Parts: sequence; structure tokens; C-alpha cells
Amino acid sequence: MTFFDPASDNPLRDPQDRRLPRIAGPCGMVIFGVTGDLSRKKLMPAVYDLANRGLLPPGFSLVGFARRDWADQDFAQIVHDAIKEYARTEFREEVWKQLSQGFRFVPGDFADDVAFSQLHDTIEELDRERGTAGNHAFYLSIPPKFFPDVIGQLKEHSLAESRAGAWRRVVVEKPFGHDLKSAQQLNATVSEVFPQESVFRIDHYLGKETVQNILALRFANQLFEPIWNANYVDHVQITMAEDIGIGGRAGYYDGIGAARDVIQNHLLQLMALTAMEEPTSFDARSLRAEKKKVLRSVRRPERLDLHTARGRYVSGWAGGEKVKGFLEEDDIPKASTTETFAAIKLEIDTRRWAGVPFYLRHGKRLGRRVTEVAVVFKRAPHLPFSETATEELGQNALVIRVQPDEGITVRFGSKVPGTAMEIRDVNMDFAYGGAFVESSPEAYERLILDVLLGEPPLFPQHEEVELSWRILDPILEYWAELGKPDPYSAGTWGPPIADEMLARDGRVWRRP
Amino acid sequence: MATELTSTNASKVASALLLARRKAGSPAMGMVMTFVVVTDEGDHYDALRAARAVSREHPSRILGVIRRSARGAANLDAEVRVGDGPSGEQVLLRMSGELTKHPESVVLPLLLPDSPVVIWWPGRAPEEPAKDPLGALAQRRITDMAAVKRGRAKAMLNQAKNYAPGNTDLSWTRLTPWRALLAAALDQFPAKVTCGEVAAERSNPSADLMAAWLTTRLEVPIERVLSKGPGITHVRLSTGGGDVEISRPDGVLAEFTIPNAPNRPVALKRRDTAELLAEELRRLDTDDIYQDTVKQLCLLAGHKPPTTPTSLSEKGEVVEDAAKPKPRKPSTAKKSSKR
Repeated sequence: MTFFDPASDNPLRDPQDRRLPRIAGPCGMVIFGVTGDLSRKKLMPAVYDLANRGLLPPGFSLVGFARRDWADQDFAQIVHDAIKEYARTEFREEVWKQLSQGFRFVPGDFADDVAFSQLHDTIEELDRERGTAGNHAFYLSIPPKFFPDVIGQLKEHSLAESRAGAWRRVVVEKPFGHDLKSAQQLNATVSEVFPQESVFRIDHYLGKETVQNILALRFANQLFEPIWNANYVDHVQITMAEDIGIGGRAGYYDGIGAARDVIQNHLLQLMALTAMEEPTSFDARSLRAEKKKVLRSVRRPERLDLHTARGRYVSGWAGGEKVKGFLEEDDIPKASTTETFAAIKLEIDTRRWAGVPFYLRHGKRLGRRVTEVAVVFKRAPHLPFSETATEELGQNALVIRVQPDEGITVRFGSKVPGTAMEIRDVNMDFAYGGAFVESSPEAYERLILDVLLGEPPLFPQHEEVELSWRILDPILEYWAELGKPDPYSAGTWGPPIADEMLARDGRVWRRP
Repeated sequence: MATELTSTNASKVASALLLARRKAGSPAMGMVMTFVVVTDEGDHYDALRAARAVSREHPSRILGVIRRSARGAANLDAEVRVGDGPSGEQVLLRMSGELTKHPESVVLPLLLPDSPVVIWWPGRAPEEPAKDPLGALAQRRITDMAAVKRGRAKAMLNQAKNYAPGNTDLSWTRLTPWRALLAAALDQFPAKVTCGEVAAERSNPSADLMAAWLTTRLEVPIERVLSKGPGITHVRLSTGGGDVEISRPDGVLAEFTIPNAPNRPVALKRRDTAELLAEELRRLDTDDIYQDTVKQLCLLAGHKPPTTPTSLSEKGEVVEDAAKPKPRKPSTAKKSSKR
């Protein structure tokens, strides 16, 4: 669907003029759950950084909604502190002045009719005083169980209706449900009030530069595409490992677990981007179409007992510190069967990927913090060298490092200097700008800007979400029957059954 | 780690670079370009500091060319630095004697293979950057007419007359936030502009470029008026429905005015050199909009515009302006390629 685009008639704009940044039209954002960690550490700093880079429209307004007895000034102070502590770019008084006049705070809880009618008035007042022109995004930075309440209130107080020429959008964070059924319910709730194209599901992973670089790497180059298929690829490993435990997120994490928290969204999206065919163009619709095709052709292993693994960390030494086990974390019930490590094997039934397994794993309290996509190639079919010469030669691999050290590693064999012919693996490294990181925008900046511009290429839509649950649901059901997950010592690379799972296929996990 | 070389030559400098990189453990550098900075002894410190800051975003091999006295025997002293601070490599090349006339002989062997070359003159620049022996090595030639001590407006006009694809001036880069805001203003208030004015201190190449840009885009008379500064103080576009105006009296915080909406403050800081360069290096192809703007600048001053290959026409072939019977106004030429 195309929106009315005033830019196309603006004589000052020209497609050739690529210096001019995309500035969102007049608008404001309302954050529900503004006192939360995400809001203070990510959203507020991202708003400031956008303003500092000159990408927010003049008059941009930020409304906070929470159960606190605050006035606008108190709220402004909270934002001020959050920005000073967490913003990526330097604090500048004039940027603060530009922003701070647009801060409003509405106290109340989600069942409070008075608060929502006050919110309604506040938004209208902003339209008059700040020229936000009726364009507002509602950012639901709240636990999903409150979604129906808030969405219902937005509808009841006609906050979701947009006037002609103006827009109302809603932004929701993962998890998008905890299984297929709840995801469908959630979608039904939201789509009853907001049209499909006004719903933005944020997966901050997809805002990362490196993830977008997967597309550049694959489709802008001639070098990789010819070997990006079952003829040359042996298997693919997608890993997201965290060295931290669940910390203070017990309430959220217990009952959710590693697979729902990360595999359902981040890892399946990474897999889709790695495996998809070339989209006809890079607009939202074509990208989504290709991703959906991949998700639709995913095949689960028949024997879930042999090809999936889950685990739970027990106390141990991680990185030189003694850390608690999952069951000893605050507020975790002793009977909890939530997994903190999950590994699954999937296949993609397409000509390109027939017979190539994709191994996805995620865990907390693993060896180190790392996210990567490793494409591991088949061995050369014939080696004209003696066996001793190639004893130490492994499989070639192309590794896309997503975080923390963003870049690409290529692993291949090279001769060891000396008179004997001996071949050993070497790494060739591309650092995605050794220090690009410093100037490259945070994922949330990109995503918030996309919401305000109404450009959703990086946001998964409900079909993708539902397809992902379709893949995961039977595995989760199977695991639920098993009871307690296998233990692994904190600071290691997961439970032994994860290694056995790969050993069955004659493979090993990379140590990332 | 720094290595000093005296009375040296390019191949010894190249060996020193290789050695320094090995000593640093051959880190992955991923350098994307060679960045040549032509400066004199007095300004080199600030210029190279800005260049290093830029190499955070665009990892590069920085070659600082410092020309000393042209008298005496030809001599090259070099200082090679690898591995401290931002990624990339840095070489200072101090030239004296007759060598000052042939700096390209030192620079050419030190360019990164296959990668783009960008040259920046932080102070005085050659009259015709594209024909300068060093400038000819580069795809992107960055001058800064605001850094010229006297006669800036004339110097800018000179650069405009001698424009060649790949040339750019930081006076133009400085305008980007202004231009973005003006475009946003017309997004919000899409009305036909009837006339306009640009106010700035007397000698301000950016303001002249702004007036020229607005003229090419809007095809209405744009007046250039004088103010006390700093820099550009306001731009006003008059429409039938009222004035669209961005005014910035203090060089920091601007006021954004469009009809039928409240006035709003907007941060519009004057950016530092490193930020300007970083923007400049983000794209290394010809800046067509700048090209149109400098042509208009010449026309406004009553000069013949530079003859350059124009951008690809709609059919995809390169059209030579010189091949046309007479020079046409760029603003009309624009029409065809706009949509």
C-alpha cells in the first residue's frame, strides 16, 4: 500500500540528493511503561540521538504514561537523566531545548478511564501547541498481558482513529505471544483496533547493521551466491550466546525460556535472511515474501528426542566469578522447568537447501557473549595431498559475526611455512569497520525512525510470527512432557546432549 | 607506534608501513580508502586530527602531505604511524626543495590498491583542483572556501567556474542540515514559493550556495541579504499562504516557522570539520545537486557555467553540455531527470 507522500511534489527534494536525510513528518510518540528499563536505557536515548542527528521533525513530542505521581517536569528530569547516562551521542543543550518542550506525562494505570481521556486531551493539545498534526505512535513497552487493556482503552477513547491525512501507529515488542494460539489472539486484539499496516512489531535484532549487511553480502556480490546452496554448504550454525544469567527478569523469563525468548524471533529471522532467495526488490513486501517462503518450507526433524536439546544452568564459575544456578535466582520457583539453553535442528525443503541442516542454539550463562551465523562448507571432494598434509585441515566456513565484534570471518586452509607440505586452517577477518560501531546508529534509532516514517521493511508481520510459532510449537509441547531440562555448568557451552545431538549427524558445534 | 624516516623515498615509506603493520600483529584493518590531506606545517595538527576522527567511520590510510620551503635541495622526511588510536594507517610526508612541485611522485606509490582516493585541502586549495597533479589522483576532491583568508565569495565563484565532477566544497556540506529542514518545511507546508531570501554575514560561501540551490530548485528569485552572522542567520521562503522561515540568530538553536502551526525550536549547530568530512566521505560518486548548484552560482554571477558531463539522462546516455548549441539553465535541464 502506498501512503500519500508529500515529498514527491516537494521541489527541494530530488532522488539524486542523497545527502538529505529522511526526516519524519510532524509527529509524536506515546510510551506506555515509560518507567521500565527498556524505555530508559534504549527508547529515550534513541529519541535523543535521533534528534541530535537532526532526524526528528521540529515539534516532535514524547508523552509518558505510567502509574507514577509525576508532573511534566518530573518526567523531563527522568528523561534527562536517562539521556545523560545512556545516549550514544554527546549531550547538547540546544538539542535538549528542542526536545524538552514536547515532554508530557500522563499518570494513571491501564484500567483508568480518566487517565486515558487525559491522554486524549494531551495529544490534542500537542497537535495545537507543537504542531504534531494528529500523527502519533503508541509504543507498548509493557508486559503482553496488558496489551488487551491498553489497546481496548485506545479504542474506547478514540485514540486509535486517525483523521484524514494523519496516522496512528502502534508498536509492540517481543514476545509476540507464547505459542501459535496466543500469538493469533494477540494479533486479533491488535488488528481489531489498528489496521495491519499500522502495527509495528519491533525485533531490535533486525535493526542491527550487520543483520542488514547479510543482505548486502549475499545479494550485492557475485562471490558468494554461487556457493550458497546445498552443492557446497554442509550445514549452517546460528548461535546466540549470552554470558549473563536472567538477572532481574525472573518474572518475565520463568515459563518463557530460551526457545520462546530468542529462537522464535531472532534466530528464525536470522535463518530466514541467510536462507532466503533473492527478493525482487528491497521493499518491505518483497523481503517479507521471501522470508515467509523460507519459514513455510521449514521441516522439523521427526525424532525430536534426537535432534533437539535443552538445558538449564547450574551454579558454577563463569568468567572468573562464582554465579548462581537458574533455580537459585531470585523469584524462580523450585519446580520451574524453564530451559535456559535450547538447540534445534531444522531443514529447509527447497532445492537450494535440500539436505542442509540448520542448527539453531541459544543459551544464557554460556562461555561468552556472541551472536553469529556460520555457514560451514563441505570438504573438497578430492585432495591431491597426502593424508598427513591435510590432517589439520577443517571445513571451510564463512562466519557472519553479528555481535559483539561485528564483521565477517572466512576460514580456509593454508600452507604452513616450511619445507614440508602441511595445510592448516587460517582465518581471514573483516571487521565491520573496526570502530564503525562508534558512529553506527543503535538498532532502536533505526527502528523508531522507521516507525515514524511508516517504513516497515524490518518489521515482521503477524504471518511471519505465526509461521515461526508453527515451527516451534510441537517442539515446545514435546519439551513440556519431559520435565526438568538437563543441567549444564554456568560458563560452559551447554549440556552434553547438545553435543550428542550434533555428533549423531557426524558434526560438532563451532566454538564461537 | 611511530617510525621516523629522514631523507627517504616512497618505497622506503611503503616498507616502513608494512613493517609497522607486522609489528602491530597484522591486525585486520579493512581500510576502505586513501585519504590525502594537503596542508602546511602550521595547520597539519588540526587537519590530521580531523582526518583521524573521520577514519573511525571510514577506516583509511591517511597521507598527510606537508609542503615546506621550495628552496634548497629536494628532500622527503616521513613519519609512519600504525595501530594507535583509530583503525588504519597514517603517514606524514614532509616535502621540501624541488620535490614540493612533484608531490604526486611520492603519493602515487603509497595509494591503497584499487580503493578510492579522496583528497582534502583544509586551507588554500588549487584554482583548478581536478587539474592539480595531486587532485588528479583522487576521485573526490574536497576544498573549503570558508577557510580562505580573504575574498571568500570570489574564491567560491572560482571553484564553481572550475568545477569538475568529483569536486566538492565543505561550504556545501555545511548546508545539509539547513537544506534538510527546508525540505521538511515544504513537506509540511506544500505551497508554491513565490520568492525568498537568504541572510548571512557578508563573506559566506555557504549562503551564496544556498541562494543558488534554492534558485535551481524553486525557479524563483532568491535574494541574498546581509546580517551580522554567525554564518547563515535565516532563510525565508514566501508563499501565497504565508512565510516559511528558519532563523538561527545565535548559530546554535533555530526557530522553525511555517504558516498555521506554532513556532518550534530546532537544534541547528554548526558542525565540526570531522563531522563534515564524515558526511562527505559517505558517498564518493558525483554530487549532481552540487553540480547544478555551482552552475547556477556562475549564472547568478553573470558567468558562463562550467562545461561538465551532466548526469545520466533518462535514456541512460551521458550528455555533454558542451555539445549543445548554447549553455542552458540547469534548472530547466533538471526537469527531465527529476522524476
